[in-house]
Amino acid sequence: MLEIRWHSRAGQGAVTGAKGLADVISTTGKHVQAFAFYGSAKRGAAMTAYNRVDDAVIMNHEKYMEPDYVFVIDPALVYTSDVTINAKDNTIYIITTHMSTQELIASQPKLEGKKVYTVDCIKIAQETIGRAIPNTPMLGAFMKISEMYDIEFFKENMKRILAKLPQKIVDANMLAIQRAYDEVK
Amino acid sequence: MAFDKMELRDIEVWDGNFAAAQALRQCQVDVVSAYPITPSTPIVEGYAKFKSDNYVEGEYVMVESEHAAMSGCIGAAAAGGRVATATSSQGLALMAETLYQASGMRLPIVLNIVNRALAAPLNVNGDHSDMYMVRDSGWIQFDAFCPQEAYDLNFIAFKVSEDHAVRTPAIVNQDGFMTSHTAQGVHTMDDDTAFSFVGEFKPMNDMLDFEHPVTHGVQTEEDWHFEHKARQHNDMMTIVPGKIDAAFEEFAKLTGRKYNQIEQYDMDDADVAVVCMGTSVETAREVAREMREKGIKAGVIGIRVFRPFPFMAIAEALKDVKAVAALDRSAPGGTPGALFNEIAGSLFNSDSKMLLSGYIYGLGGRDLTKKHLVDLYTELQANADAGKVLTQQQQFIGVRGPKLAYL
Repeated sequence: MLEIRWHSRAGQGAVTGAKGLADVISTTGKHVQAFAFYGSAKRGAAMTAYNRVDDAVIMNHEKYMEPDYVFVIDPALVYTSDVTINAKDNTIYIITTHMSTQELIASQPKLEGKKVYTVDCIKIAQETIGRAIPNTPMLGAFMKISEMYDIEFFKENMKRILAKLPQKIVDANMLAIQRAYDEVK
Repeated sequence: MAFDKMELRDIEVWDGNFAAAQALRQCQVDVVSAYPITPSTPIVEGYAKFKSDNYVEGEYVMVESEHAAMSGCIGAAAAGGRVATATSSQGLALMAETLYQASGMRLPIVLNIVNRALAAPLNVNGDHSDMYMVRDSGWIQFDAFCPQEAYDLNFIAFKVSEDHAVRTPAIVNQDGFMTSHTAQGVHTMDDDTAFSFVGEFKPMNDMLDFEHPVTHGVQTEEDWHFEHKARQHNDMMTIVPGKIDAAFEEFAKLTGRKYNQIEQYDMDDADVAVVCMGTSVETAREVAREMREKGIKAGVIGIRVFRPFPFMAIAEALKDVKAVAALDRSAPGGTPGALFNEIAGSLFNSDSKMLLSGYIYGLGGRDLTKKHLVDLYTELQANADAGKVLTQQQQFIGVRGPKLAYL
């Protein structure tokens, strides 16, 4: 079982990202689950989304999760939420920030000694898609770190999932995914 | 055909709401009369989108309240069409009056309830308060434990509800958010196969058949009311269960997915068992398997058909089990939980020496964790070993503060 927790703000696309990732993984024959904690969250409120991936049908519906990966797609959540909650010793963090990994860890001591990777998904999204929607770049970074799929295979699938959007936006998302794949450290 | 077919992949990653909306499309529902409410909104929104994109030939009626939504469904069903809607929580509460009209008038309607807590305090998350509130309303009630079942049970609900020997409306329940907003793989049917299962709607006593005038919505006082209600109950007790079984059988032939009025998992040799509904059934199945690795013979029963209640099937399934927990996801308001009472009733006049304890859990969407279930099975095993219930008969799972236990 592979488990992922997303830290996001409502409106940044974590739910869409989690569902998109689940959709891509499902095409390879694995079983998936994607869900979120909404509460009565309004746009901008901190929220979490989740992925589970397994070879067998996923029957566990508990919301509690000890994630293998933590994705943080809004830079400030590293300070205002506990992104390390219920983590395991080997949990891998992929965090959106304009800082280097060393600077980030220095600014948030809770990340000390953890496996932390950084990428500026916000900047990448702004420069490619034109809006601060950091969900698809995070998935590009995840493909790099996890080596789950070949990036071209992943992008082809994401094109299908995003197909209802205008072609210009789809193309921009592909650029964003590739840039995050290349830039994550 | 005046509408377009939709190409689906064999497995689509859908949440429970979208799965239900796709089922309404594939059944080619004639009328959806709806007033959207969280977390059920995407079901009727989905139907409306399919209709505006020409994937459905039907009518979407926007109304001013849930009371009006079900009233619209009643009118459309009486006129003679395939009718559905969806609601949750407060919406269902406002709809309650008209639910009794629909069942009393013997109108086939499918209502998707995306289960959500009832205020106060206001809460949009999933529990079974709304499902329980309308349990005596004369509607058939199915319960889905995951998005796949939210899809499948809609077809089965139309099939049973519209049968001329049944003519009783049906509810398809799914857990708010835990199913409705959780995306999982759903095995789909293609449009033709799906529609072939429900078939063309066959009207009966329809008001638009001017050659054969009928009266709907009559008044009966002391002279006839009781006979009508007795007949309604009689059909629920004697006709509906067989029709549900037949629909389950036919659906299994079509899809390979076999449903049962109660779903039994690891029950053949179970010493201890949990009986519950919704997503909790699946989480409990996973924990039961893990308990077996630790030497506890654990099983799970999921209530697939909540109304008509599978009284005899429950009695049969539990007769040799030593200790059973009834899990109710609804505040009982001064009595044991509904499942506790119904299970107790099913076994009271039997030789079973089963030890029954009741648990209230998960109100307002509170998480039911695997840890909770491990503790629960451990407690049941202790009861089984001692030959008596060691705790009070009603306890609460997962609530903060001092331990609550009664009875």
